[in-house]
Amino acid sequence: MEHLQVAHPYFGAFAMMVFTLVAFFVTITLARYVSLKLAARNTEKLKLSIYECGPEVTKQPNKISAQFYLFGLLFILFDVEIIFMFPWAIDFKLLGWFGFAEMLLFILLLAIGFIYAWKKGALEWHSIK
Amino acid sequence: MDAIIIETLIKIVVVVLIFSALGGFGTYFERKILAFLQRRWGPNIVGPFGLLQIIADGIKLFTKEDIIPINAERGIFIFSTLIIAVAAFTAFVAIPIYPQFTVFGYTVRPIVIDVNVGLLFVMGVMAVGMYSPLLAGMSSGNKWSLLGAARAVVALLSFEVITGLSILAPLMLVGSLSLIDINAYQMGGIDNWMVWQQPIAFVLFLIAGFAETNRKPFDLSEQDAEIIGGYHTEYSGMKYGLMMIGEYANMFVVAFLVSIIFLGGYGEAGSIVNGEAVGAWGGIWLILKVAFFFILFVWVRAAWPHIRPDQLMWLAWKVLMPLAVVNIVITGIVMMA
Repeated sequence: MEHLQVAHPYFGAFAMMVFTLVAFFVTITLARYVSLKLAARNTEKLKLSIYECGPEVTKQPNKISAQFYLFGLLFILFDVEIIFMFPWAIDFKLLGWFGFAEMLLFILLLAIGFIYAWKKGALEWHSIK
Repeated sequence: MDAIIIETLIKIVVVVLIFSALGGFGTYFERKILAFLQRRWGPNIVGPFGLLQIIADGIKLFTKEDIIPINAERGIFIFSTLIIAVAAFTAFVAIPIYPQFTVFGYTVRPIVIDVNVGLLFVMGVMAVGMYSPLLAGMSSGNKWSLLGAARAVVALLSFEVITGLSILAPLMLVGSLSLIDINAYQMGGIDNWMVWQQPIAFVLFLIAGFAETNRKPFDLSEQDAEIIGGYHTEYSGMKYGLMMIGEYANMFVVAFLVSIIFLGGYGEAGSIVNGEAVGAWGGIWLILKVAFFFILFVWVRAAWPHIRPDQLMWLAWKVLMPLAVVNIVITGIVMMA
């Protein structure tokens, strides 16, 4: 397959996004309408509450362990590194030894940060004893 | 210009129809293969070989009572089901799903957009699908959903790093992000497949693919015994169906990526391999490779128990990530020498 130059190469992606968004939204709305007409409805409060084992539920705050956020931070650190490495990998042959040495230096710097995070225990799952 | 727009729109409709139908058939095949591996029958009542089970499931999903829990954030609760399906299907536009072929004298290029950053586009759009479990879990107002969402997002984030790093070494060899170029690099038969040059990257990418699609060894979000159904505990009816379509479409995206990047893809129509024209066979080979990886997804589900979240983090950050970086450095040294 040869490459084809077109004026707006991303038009297809945008059209796909709009098309799927509309199509799936219509599907959901249609299913909602159909079920309103056909399915048995039960508006009792306990029925409409969340999946629990009996008690009437109250609104719960979205609180999760701080450990999850720590991994989020690590992800930001390392994913920015990877995005930086993509252009380097594409032009690897062009950049030669100089580019390779530069990237080794960059990886070394990141390895220091990685070892620090490892020693600090950021990569372990802490138990709450 | 107008012809190109019409062609693009037709391709979009065809891709959406094929892969939402394959999503439905995917559930059937998954249950059938799983049943075969566990020495059961699987679906066999509705229609021949239980094939009409998909239609029965569809009718059931469509006419089910539409429940939105009272404590849920209604708008986000509905919207988050759309995100995963839209992201999975938008990722398909940059993937060549079949070699170029001619029908009625008209040359069809089965790729919707031919951009020079194809692979980066696919990975970026797939990563957007990550918002779906997060928003679904946070809007349900349920602790199980929230825990499932947090687990799913942490797993996806960790393995996003592995995917990116493992794909870098093949990219250094090819020198292009376009999946067409990556496919063209491996032309000329089985010896030229990327998997022989980059076996470590292949294994890493496959493992990360299992994690990115929330499949069995890494399906932390759906461990029934601990957190019920994970982030889709509160979903039912067509909203649940849409999430499943998105997940199966994601599986097909990963299967296509592995087949094209590491296993030679579709070859090139009209090229000669060992004195034989591969032409139309290339497309059939690509379909067979994708089918193999789909079966592998199910096979692994039947064969392995799932692992704990801390084991997953250990695997991702302490084993796979250093391995991927070492693979990049070794590739660089070998290419330079």
